[in-house]
Amino acid sequence: MKSLAELAAIKEKMQNKVIMREGTGDIRVVVGMATCGIAAGARPVLNAFVEGVNEAGLSDKVTVTQTGCIGICQFEPVVEVFEAGKEKTTYVKMTAEKAKEVIEKHLKGGTPISEYTISNV
Amino acid sequence: MIRAQVLICGGTGCTSSGSAALIKEFEAQIKEFGLENEVKVVRTGCFGLCALGPVVIVYPDGTFYSRVEKDDVKEIVSEHLLKGRQVDRLVYKDVGEDFVEESHKIVSLNDTNFYKKQHRVALRNCGVINPESIEEYIAVDGYAALGKVLTEMTPEEVIQVVKDSGLRGRGGGGFPTGLKWSFTAANKADQKYVVCNADEGDPGAFMDRSVLEGDPHCIVEAMAICGYATGATEGYVYVRAEYPIAVERLQKAINDARAYGLLGKNIFNSGFDFDLHIRLGAGAFVCGEETALMTSIEGNRGEPRPRPPYPAVKGLFAKPTTENNVETFANIPTIIRNGAEYFASMGTERSKGTKVFALGGKIKHTGLVEIPMGTTLREIIEEIGGGIPNGKKFKAAQTGGPSGGCIPASLMDTAIDYDNLTAIGCMMGSGGLIVMDEDNCMVDIAKFFLTFTVDESCGKCSPCRIGTKRLLEMLDKVTEGKATLEDLDKIEELCHYIKENSLCGLGQTAPNPVLATLKFFRDEYVAHVVDKKCPAGVCKNLLKYRIVKDSCFGCGVCARKCPVGAISKTDYIAPGKKLPALEIDPNKCVKCGACMEGCKFKAIVKE
Repeated sequence: MKSLAELAAIKEKMQNKVIMREGTGDIRVVVGMATCGIAAGARPVLNAFVEGVNEAGLSDKVTVTQTGCIGICQFEPVVEVFEAGKEKTTYVKMTAEKAKEVIEKHLKGGTPISEYTISNV
Repeated sequence: MIRAQVLICGGTGCTSSGSAALIKEFEAQIKEFGLENEVKVVRTGCFGLCALGPVVIVYPDGTFYSRVEKDDVKEIVSEHLLKGRQVDRLVYKDVGEDFVEESHKIVSLNDTNFYKKQHRVALRNCGVINPESIEEYIAVDGYAALGKVLTEMTPEEVIQVVKDSGLRGRGGGGFPTGLKWSFTAANKADQKYVVCNADEGDPGAFMDRSVLEGDPHCIVEAMAICGYATGATEGYVYVRAEYPIAVERLQKAINDARAYGLLGKNIFNSGFDFDLHIRLGAGAFVCGEETALMTSIEGNRGEPRPRPPYPAVKGLFAKPTTENNVETFANIPTIIRNGAEYFASMGTERSKGTKVFALGGKIKHTGLVEIPMGTTLREIIEEIGGGIPNGKKFKAAQTGGPSGGCIPASLMDTAIDYDNLTAIGCMMGSGGLIVMDEDNCMVDIAKFFLTFTVDESCGKCSPCRIGTKRLLEMLDKVTEGKATLEDLDKIEELCHYIKENSLCGLGQTAPNPVLATLKFFRDEYVAHVVDKKCPAGVCKNLLKYRIVKDSCFGCGVCARKCPVGAISKTDYIAPGKKLPALEIDPNKCVKCGACMEGCKFKAIVKE
């Protein structure tokens, strides 16, 4: 080890692997992963969120996790976004493409995409 | 892309309750369900809640599973990791009454009563990172403190920061760490050493082991920092051979640090060289004493020597040496990174920071806790520790192992720090905290610790070698009911003699358990001496088992259970019973208690 920069580079590279253990971020993205969700295609959606959040550099702010059936099976895959001090947003009939949009506009930009939410079906 | 991580405790506690097999099973099941690219299994150090092991935590949600068995793994993988439903029956949920369940909030580790009041500095990475991965340590700011010290600070500045932090030796003595470092730094020599004391020998203490197992790199980093500050280029870690997992992980940490150039020549291009060696101790308690420890590293028989000269002048191999305990070192990287003010903001006026305690004995949550100095014993036992099991009453807590004393229930609200404990005749010690309830006899406890010191006395000086042996014999007299009140005074006198005249800390502190119990529980000693009774019903020679004839149905179960045939029939048939009652021959009875356990009618009493 010859410089602080070298140390910082290792830290940078490794950080994504441990950041998930530091407790919950400000925003929680919860993907419904019960049998109904998985059957409707929740797994690619979950993976799109995990990868997208990481690529967008939001790992320290956003926690992506999964949950069981919330009872609206006909609207699966369902994704809910919780933000501290705000109403939760419930996205329905999600796809990997829609997930990318949500990351860009909602998680990064701060504006929920109302056309994908449950109030619009 | 990894979306979830399964952290499994690989500390000694959980390893002995089967966590190694769990890790294998998790890996197999995750593969079975095709999740190996999404879920990662990580073996960590101790989480602290050893009583509930093996412990498994699933991130990112932080679900805390306790007492997981091999057969549960498939369910966790298929339900939680695949479908996202936590397995409720295994989730540990002791969160207290004030916990408001929010719709999206699941119970995570930090919500539990056990963790809420804790503040982890020395244990900050234990149970969080994989101790065998230097990269994970670096990812949580590891070696940043060493980098900062070597590139931005002078040795004097480092010592000043440690002084300002108020850190005191965590091995028991409580000597200011910064001051200790400055003594070594002030001495000129061609070679100086840093020594880490990991010879944890107190019965019931396991915090040093847990740090070495859970976060070995922080010790490597801290020792290098100490080396830079004091001008030493070589360090030794003296660790017990009975800690195989700790030794293995520490050796890997040293090897990895060398490979990354974090140990060796010209670290961070600063011109500073430092390297570390491990020395295994054979388990003698006296080797935890600093001069005996260094004698042992040198290859000689582990016996203490008189001080002065102090190690800072003439220590290991007769060179200036700084010796600190594992937990003391574990605080150093955080102090350097976050500053002296951060550390000094925790704790009491003269005891800064946090202290790790190993909770054991009659307490629900056996395990490892780290609390800010100044927390009361009541908070530790009732809130964090979950109280005394089976509805029993708290009697006393023993701190400092065989060198310490006990804190009685009346002093439960004492804020725990070095000076308060010394003031009540107790000692912080290394941090073993053994909780006792009404079923513990205090004379017996004193005898237990004294038996330990008698065994462990190295024999070099007579006050310790002969004094502790004679003291133990006098305690035997008390528990056998043969002592007089005069003997109690003699015991006290001998205690003071041993304290004042022994060569090293072992002898100087050996009488403490006796003195403390005499001070707070003299009535129990008097009961043994005058009434020939052991109030807690522990001391066998003062116990009597008796059958209450009017309650006895004469079934004969007790007679069959008795290993020595001490129970026989009488002529008496109690009113309303059909068979003659039984009786115990006190001359034959060995007081094993088997009859009492076997009696369905509770007709046998212990008195």
